[in-house]
Amino acid sequence: MIHYLPILILFIVAVGFAVTNIGLSAILGRRKPTAEKLSPYECGINPVGSARERFSVKFYLIAMLFVIFDIEVVFLYPWAVAFKSLSLFGFIEMLIFLGILLICYFYIWKRGGLEWD
Amino acid sequence: MLNLVALILLFPLIGTVINGLAGKRLRKETVGYLACGAIGLSFLVSFMVFIGLLQLPPDERLFEKHLFRWIESGSFISAAALQVDPLSVVMILVITGVGFLIHLYSIGYMHHDKGYHRYFCYLNLFVFSMLLLVLSNNFLLMFIGWEAVGLCSYLLIGFWFEKKSASDAAKKAFVVNRVGDFGFALGIMLIFLTFHSIDFTEVFSAVSHGNFEKGSFTVTMITLLLFIGATGKSAQIPLYTWLPDAMEGPTPVSALIHAATMVTAGVYMIARCNALYLLSPFTMTVVASIGVITALFAASVGLVQNDIKRVLAYSTISQLGYMFLACGVGAFTAGVFHLMTHAFFKALLFLASGSVIHALSGEQDIRKMGGLKPHIPVTYKTFLIGTVAIAGIPPFAGFFSKDEILLEALVRGNFIYWSLGAFAALLTAFYMFRLLFMTFHGECRVDHHAMEHLHESPKNMTLPLVALAGLSFVGGFFGIPGANALEHFLAPVLGGHGHTEVRGAVSAGHHGAWLPYLMMVISTAIALVGIFLAYQMYIKKPGLSKKLAERFRLIHKLLLNKYYVDEIYDAIFINPTKKISTQVLWKVIDVRMIDGSVNGIAWLVGRIGSVLRHLQTGYIRNYAFYIVVGCILIIVLAVFGR
Amino acid sequence: MTNVSIMTFNILSILPILILSGFGMIVLLVDVLSSRRLGEKNLLAYISLIGIILAAIFARSPAGTTLFSFNESFAIDNYSLFFNFIFLLSTGLTILISHSYIKREEINHGEYYALILFSTIGMMLMAAGADLLNIFIGLEVMSISIYILTGFKRSKLISNEASLKYFLLGAFATGFLLYGISLVYGSTGAINLKQIASFIASKGGISDPVLLMGMGLIIIGLGFKVASVPFHAWVPDVYEGAPTAITAFMSVGPKAAGFAAFLRILITAFGSAHDEWQKIIYILAILTMTTGNVIAIAQTNIKRMLAYSSIAHAGYLLIALVSANDMGVSGTLFYMLAYTFMNIGAFAIVIVLSRKGDEFIQINDYAGLGFKHPLLALAMTLFMFSMAGVPPTAGFVGKFYIFSAAIKSGYIGLAVIGVINSVISVYYYLRITVIMYMKEPTREFAPLTISPLIVAAIAISVIGTLHLGIFPSKVMEIAQQATLMLK
Repeated sequence: MIHYLPILILFIVAVGFAVTNIGLSAILGRRKPTAEKLSPYECGINPVGSARERFSVKFYLIAMLFVIFDIEVVFLYPWAVAFKSLSLFGFIEMLIFLGILLICYFYIWKRGGLEWD
Repeated sequence: MLNLVALILLFPLIGTVINGLAGKRLRKETVGYLACGAIGLSFLVSFMVFIGLLQLPPDERLFEKHLFRWIESGSFISAAALQVDPLSVVMILVITGVGFLIHLYSIGYMHHDKGYHRYFCYLNLFVFSMLLLVLSNNFLLMFIGWEAVGLCSYLLIGFWFEKKSASDAAKKAFVVNRVGDFGFALGIMLIFLTFHSIDFTEVFSAVSHGNFEKGSFTVTMITLLLFIGATGKSAQIPLYTWLPDAMEGPTPVSALIHAATMVTAGVYMIARCNALYLLSPFTMTVVASIGVITALFAASVGLVQNDIKRVLAYSTISQLGYMFLACGVGAFTAGVFHLMTHAFFKALLFLASGSVIHALSGEQDIRKMGGLKPHIPVTYKTFLIGTVAIAGIPPFAGFFSKDEILLEALVRGNFIYWSLGAFAALLTAFYMFRLLFMTFHGECRVDHHAMEHLHESPKNMTLPLVALAGLSFVGGFFGIPGANALEHFLAPVLGGHGHTEVRGAVSAGHHGAWLPYLMMVISTAIALVGIFLAYQMYIKKPGLSKKLAERFRLIHKLLLNKYYVDEIYDAIFINPTKKISTQVLWKVIDVRMIDGSVNGIAWLVGRIGSVLRHLQTGYIRNYAFYIVVGCILIIVLAVFGR
Repeated sequence: MTNVSIMTFNILSILPILILSGFGMIVLLVDVLSSRRLGEKNLLAYISLIGIILAAIFARSPAGTTLFSFNESFAIDNYSLFFNFIFLLSTGLTILISHSYIKREEINHGEYYALILFSTIGMMLMAAGADLLNIFIGLEVMSISIYILTGFKRSKLISNEASLKYFLLGAFATGFLLYGISLVYGSTGAINLKQIASFIASKGGISDPVLLMGMGLIIIGLGFKVASVPFHAWVPDVYEGAPTAITAFMSVGPKAAGFAAFLRILITAFGSAHDEWQKIIYILAILTMTTGNVIAIAQTNIKRMLAYSSIAHAGYLLIALVSANDMGVSGTLFYMLAYTFMNIGAFAIVIVLSRKGDEFIQINDYAGLGFKHPLLALAMTLFMFSMAGVPPTAGFVGKFYIFSAAIKSGYIGLAVIGVINSVISVYYYLRITVIMYMKEPTREFAPLTISPLIVAAIAISVIGTLHLGIFPSKVMEIAQQATLMLK
């Protein structure tokens, strides 16, 4: 445990330094609060309306489709890297995988998942 | 051919199912011939199995047909398997053969009944159950058959359940049989505890390998418990009271179930377990004593009964007593032989009496019969053959088998057995001929209303009568002394301790070779005396019986009321039980304690349920909270609970 | 250039899963290609059934040994085969009872069948999972499909609510499971069940609190799936809201899959730590049985009643899990099969009698059914008797095996509580029979539209319930062979 002693010391010093400085500034510093100073953003444009807007569910659909295909396609990279050692078997595997992906794509297409209206 | 044995069971079952499910929609003829055909096919297959068995050498005549594994629980294993051996073959031939004739007879007898298909459904089910009983290769399956025949008996006794007496009789039969079945079931459990198996083959081979001392307490208990079962099913003292009442059922049912087959199940069971019984001399004495006492007792009651079927019922009890006497003295073959011949002639007598009742539009009181001989000739002739057979006149079937039993009782038992049995034989001859004379001879006492409809029964009823009469005539030759075919056939099952040994002893001059012949002469003489007395009293001097009844009023009354056994049972068992049941068990224990506690618990559980229901708020946050609580509980248990 | 090797696998071991996946996709394709014709979608049901039958035909294993694939993470043996059979059976029966139901409810979309097939794949993965990750993946595949199926009645609020509840709570519970898996991995360095077992054996039992906590969290995650109290609260709401056919499916398939994984993890991996987990399961079993049965009594809606009854049945199965002997495991297999028949049978009858919009599912609606539709009432009576455990039905034999297993392992108190609970359950099961036969109908029975497929489902359930009740020994023998694979 003795090996960890320096870390402990460093830990105490770090915490002590922070506490001391914050404490000192709180004690010593001058405070003159105004309305401008208390607002969350001191600069920039005033916000227009609420940030809690309702989005169309279609965004989510597109986003989800993107994520799914994105992740599946990422799978191609490690395969490409190890293509040689995987040989023919890996190739056929990937063809099957892409086939399944294509079927899904086809299904989504025919279902109308890609159409906005 | 032995492999066909499962078909024997299958045909009646198919008949039951079809008639049970679709019988209502089928035509009457179809229902009847379907049921008959099923039993007929069963009989044919039984016969083929019999031939198949004959082709084997005598020592190897045991065939087991494994159907499927049925129950398995720890060391307890019961297969559904059938056993074909000489004993079961004799039984299936009798059951399907006599059963077929009775089915045929029923087509005519039940023709006007509205429960036609129900009747044949039950009857087929009965044949199935009875076959299961005799074909099973272990005690449990046998017990299933045993219970199922009891059920069919109950259903058929109460067939005309609109009649209160019929439904009461059915209940009585059921309850009395329960007492016996309870003993039987306990016996089977004790067998399993003792032998760790309920297979016939295993149990009997364990017995024959001499692991058990003669007269050991366990074996005596087992055999006594099984015998209690037999007294219930086979109507022996003290559990015989249901059989006379069972005559409320249709007459063919009385013939099939309560004379030819079901009531002999007890005899079959004891013959099957002969190896066990031979180990317990005490039980054997009990069996023989009960048998001979029942034989005498029932015969004496039969002397004065006036209902044609009741006379036959008491006669059945009495004849069953003979069979138990035979088993009790160790002459199992003689018992089975009498079982077979009795099936022939008693079925014949019942069917013939049914024909009489049919002819008289339902009259059963013999005081209102008489002089029927010219009107229903076929019935008369066949009834006569049956009566002669049961009375024991050579060369009819009953003579050989009864003579055999009496001889064995004397040789292997003692003089008391013989003398009581012989006296019962005298009574048998007397009351049977009394029945015959009062029904068919003398002056006609039939009221003119019934007289108008008096007619001989149709062909399909008389045909079975003739066939059974033939069997009653020749049935005895299967076991004729000297060339005893039945004995040789049954020897592998019932052992060499049949009566070969007795015959050996006899021919060795122990009692002298003349003994069997002397016995035959004595038996015949006894029967003739009985017949002569009956002739004197009911034909020659019709007033005599009345005078005798006056003279011995007390005895007559005692007999007429069947020794008041029903009343005594009522007073000792039934009324106190009823009283305790209503006053204590029902009003206090049932209503107050059981109902009270059950209702109380139900109320409490219901309340708790309604309270817990409110935990089901429908809010996910609550549900998640429960999960977290459970989680904390489990973590605490897992990590700190050690 | 690194050298990557393909894990060895046996094509036979995954053939049923491949077949089901293929058929699931075929169903999707056929559906989109024929969507112009908004006609009958009988074809899809038949395609799915063919897929299930083919999968069942190809589900086989070398007798008596375990076939490992994918780096020993996937095991095909008698045990997983027995469960596969239960899954395929329940899926097949579900499709049979769904066919007319989804038409009536106007949710006749092709995805329905595809999702059922996909969730079956998940279950099969769970039963065959020989490492924790594989089991987890199977569980997710199964659950996600069922989340969607629960909300399949899109226009019905109650169905949406059920789906969302199930999803949120399911995700919550999955978190526990995954956390448990990671803790177990952290302390043993293995996710393979056999390796975990040998690690524990080498330490001579569990003393590491981290490992214990991991085990506890896994129990929570799976306890949620099999609906054990206190992780059961979703069950009544979800069962009530889901389409009835899916409720039937949910009460059987995922429960069986949950128990398949439960048994494999607790007995194979944590077998030598039986003392540590038996007390947890012991308490869960008592809570589950009692809560399920007691609340079931107070229900008036038959779907909710069957939901609580399914909680109670999970409690009985937990008894078998506690006993953890051969008889307990084979009893679980047997009971699960019996439960498949009787529960789907009961739901089939609920479907036949209900009308569009899930009307007619109050228990009082069954008054007088015995006279109006005697055969249906008879079948319902049989299923109720079986669930109550009355001989000669499958439920009786199953309970018999489970309670004897508990007694054999010395948990006599637990067996007694189980028996008391079955007595309580008789009350609400028989109440349905009493209402069917002894009460006058409160309203008119609508003319029933009975499709041949649902009749087939009821017939199969009746035959199965009776067969297992009268001739249990053959199936029990197979179940016992399956048991040997776990140790």
